Amino acid sequence: MKTFRFLPFFLSVGLFVLAMAIDPSAAVAQEETPVLDTGDTAWMLTSTALVLLMTIPGLALFYSGMVRKKNILAMSMQVFSVCCLMTVLWMLAGYSLAFGEGGAYVGDLSKAMLSGLTLDAMSGTIPESLFMVFQMTFAIITPALIVGAFADRMKFSAMLLFTGAWMLCVYAPITHWVWGGGFLGEAGVLDFAGGTVVHINAGVAGLVACIVVGKRSDYGAEPMPPHNLVLSVIGASLLWVGWFGFNAGSAVAANATAAMAMTVTQIATAAAALSWMFVEWMHRGKPSVLGIVSGAVAGLVAITPASGFVDPSGALYIGIASGAACYWAAVILKNALGYDDSLDVFGVHGVGGIVGALLTGVFAAEAIGGTPGLLEGNPGQVWTQAYGILATIIYCAVGSFIILKVVDVLVGLRVSEEVERDGLDLALHGEVVQ
Amino acid sequence: MKLVMAIIKPFKLDVVREALTSLNIQGLTVSEVKGFGRQKGQTEIYRGAEYSVSFLPKVKIEVVVNDDQVDSIVESIKKTAETGKIGDGKIFVLDVASAVRIRTGETNSDAL
Repeated sequence: MKTFRFLPFFLSVGLFVLAMAIDPSAAVAQEETPVLDTGDTAWMLTSTALVLLMTIPGLALFYSGMVRKKNILAMSMQVFSVCCLMTVLWMLAGYSLAFGEGGAYVGDLSKAMLSGLTLDAMSGTIPESLFMVFQMTFAIITPALIVGAFADRMKFSAMLLFTGAWMLCVYAPITHWVWGGGFLGEAGVLDFAGGTVVHINAGVAGLVACIVVGKRSDYGAEPMPPHNLVLSVIGASLLWVGWFGFNAGSAVAANATAAMAMTVTQIATAAAALSWMFVEWMHRGKPSVLGIVSGAVAGLVAITPASGFVDPSGALYIGIASGAACYWAAVILKNALGYDDSLDVFGVHGVGGIVGALLTGVFAAEAIGGTPGLLEGNPGQVWTQAYGILATIIYCAVGSFIILKVVDVLVGLRVSEEVERDGLDLALHGEVVQ
Repeated sequence: MKLVMAIIKPFKLDVVREALTSLNIQGLTVSEVKGFGRQKGQTEIYRGAEYSVSFLPKVKIEVVVNDDQVDSIVESIKKTAETGKIGDGKIFVLDVASAVRIRTGETNSDAL
């Protein structure tokens, strides 16, 4: 009986020896062409699925639960349709504009329609098609995040035009700047999984959009409590688990960097959730469910740029800071300045991304990600981070504004007051939740 | 015939129903309603936005009875639905002009 335990081992050795006899080159790494690493590929296949889950249904549920019942289907429709639209646009041109060689500011169209992505084309140790589709899930979730800012009042056609144009004209170039060989990456900006590319980007676009589109007509006058926070809890949980694909997957390898990224992601998220919860408890007297899940998302956002560069203690501080900072932004700043960022896209993703990107410069550990931060005697990194943050904010704000204005001329941005009052579900989509 | 309409606290529904069936009531209608009287509402808070909820959930019981049963029904509801705290509710008695049992066509007292 004991010998049977070793049978698989002997079989493997035997098969290996057989394989060597048939094709000796299988054991020798080819210097010229990159070799597919099955561990890396398996993990990246998984990460891609996890990140897609973050959008459908993670984000869809997170957002849908927070709006009033009359708009719940419209919100789900917006997120789901953005997923579909960005998939096609990324294939047509987005991937090429982001990761094509190009120059310092944008890629090119050499990979439009994914030309050149053959079965065997590689990107490092994984197939290029896999790298492309992994990045596609990022291009999907970033515009999907924006829709929360103008919830309850945007025309569906305008939303499709805006997000489609935005992904190609704002998201793809900024991706190129940071990850595609562009000037921010060259300048040493540290952004492991998308603090600038995804979160500051979506947050600023959301802020600009909610101001340009304008407040909901009964904002401040009419109560707008969330219709079903249980959906939001489910959505936030899917975001949390899926985010392991987002951060640990950005290692593009099944290795120690990915493992540490997963570790710091978990720590920062939990710390931020507790931070928001305790701040709210002290400020308002009760710890709320919406608060704790919002805090968790804030932590996820803030650790995103830092996830490959900081150690667990850095993650703890980033979490505590972002939970409190995003609470302040969503609750105090928003009400003080009076803009109607319905689902706090700027408050959580914009501010969380800014805090995270800056703190990456503070807590970056050379032993983890190869670059020291302020605490290790390299204060210049914080300035580099600020440079990247500012470049993103300015380009995104201007680009988003222009696209919104153009879309307004083409189809009009906002629904009529009647439609807004009766709810988008019935008027725009002909459906209601009973 | 009279319609006895009682607005009560939701958790009292089972107790009131048992009391009414022990008085030989053959049927009643229940609806979930919202309302306020002297009982003030609650405050809900979502990410710093405060909403005062003026309406509280209540249950409305409607039962049509013969004139001679009204007093015992009202008394029974009052005793079982009472908690002594604000928000216990109210009972109204309305006149009913006629009644019909749909299945058989019986009218008025025979329909009850």
